[in-house]
This record gives sequence, structure tokens and C-alpha cells, in this order.
Amino acid sequence: MIETAVWIGGVMLALASIACLWRVFKGPSILDRVLALDVILLIISSALCLDMAINRHTDYLLFVVVACTLGFIGSVTVSRFVSDQRNA
Amino acid sequence: MDFFLEIVVAVLLVAGSLMSLIAGIGLITFPDLLSRMHAATKPQVLGFLLLFAGLAIHLRSWILVPVLVLAWGLQLLTAPVSAHMIGRAGYRTKHVAKETLHVDELKRVISTHSEATGNTGAVTRIEGTKADETENS
Repeated sequence: MIETAVWIGGVMLALASIACLWRVFKGPSILDRVLALDVILLIISSALCLDMAINRHTDYLLFVVVACTLGFIGSVTVSRFVSDQRNA
Repeated sequence: MDFFLEIVVAVLLVAGSLMSLIAGIGLITFPDLLSRMHAATKPQVLGFLLLFAGLAIHLRSWILVPVLVLAWGLQLLTAPVSAHMIGRAGYRTKHVAKETLHVDELKRVISTHSEATGNTGAVTRIEGTKADETENS
């Protein structure tokens, strides 16, 4: 039961990451790219959750917490930098 | 009871992953920075809530719950801040399609601000951006 769910979820996450990579490649502005990369980080955290569920361990729990902070810091820094650069 | 919990866990995991898929589809199909931002926050809050709940139920341990609540609360706190920063930078750098907006409250604030204090601060910056764009084009 759980294995089937994790397989379905894994396929969904793979499709989602491909879509995000396409947006990173295509994105008209750097803000779209930052947004898509943020979503890719969330997808990685979701994949870690699925892995912890199917293998019954908690090794990646700390990385899930850290990834939340990393995505926040990254997107805030880049958007701050963009507005400064364009308005200078 | 165990079988029932397994079904709950499976549904939660699949639904949490579905949120990421929805975000990916939204990132591809939506036309505008703000609408893409709306799609991108789906896995951030609801997706993680479902995944964490599924994980905690599957591992059957209460020790996990504080850490998962910490991770989810961190997402809940940081998502609006980063969305605000990205939207602000997008508005300033003209990546927001103004014709798709029903209400543009920031424009009204900026015009009131310019009437009150003259062209200072944000208004000067936006006009500077306009001038730069006309020079470049």
C-alpha cells in the first residue's frame, strides 16, 4: 500500500521537477527562475519525506528543516538584489 | 486499525505529492509572475502539511511531531515574506502584467505619496526605471 503510494508520489514529483526546470530554462525574468528553483527545493524536501516514509527512518529530517530556511534566504536575497540592480 | 492507518498514510502522501505536481503545472501554464507565485506556494504549505502528517502517522512516533511542526511553521512564516519580496521586486521591475489586475492598490499609494512629498523615494526610483527602459529600447 505504502510502496504504491510512494511510487505514484515519486512519479508526480519527477513530473513537477521537470516542469520547474522548464520554467527555469524558459523564464522571462530572474524572478520566475528564483520562484521555480524555490519550488524545486520544496520538491526535493518532499522526496526526502517520501524516502523517510518508505524506508522508515528519520535521517533526513534535519535537512528538511534546513531546506525551508535555505529557500527563504535564497529567494529574499535574489529579489532584493534584483530590485537594487534595476533601480540603481 | 493498522490497515485503516495505512490507507490514510497512502492518501496523505499521494495528495502531498499532488500539490507539487499542481505547482509544476501552474508554473508552466500561468502567464504572469503573480499567478505563477500563487501556484508555487501550494506545496509550500498544504503539500508539506499533508506529507508531514503522513510521515508522522506512518512512523507512529510522537517524538517526530515537534520537529515536523517546526519545519512546517518555518514554511508558514517564511512563505509570505519571500512572496512579498518577489512580488515587490516584480512590481518595481515591471514584470507584473498590469492589465490582468483588478485592483492595483500599490499604484494608488504611490500616487498619493508623490502628491504629498513630491517625487522622492520609490516614485523617483520607478521613474528612473522607466527612463532607463526608454533609453534602452
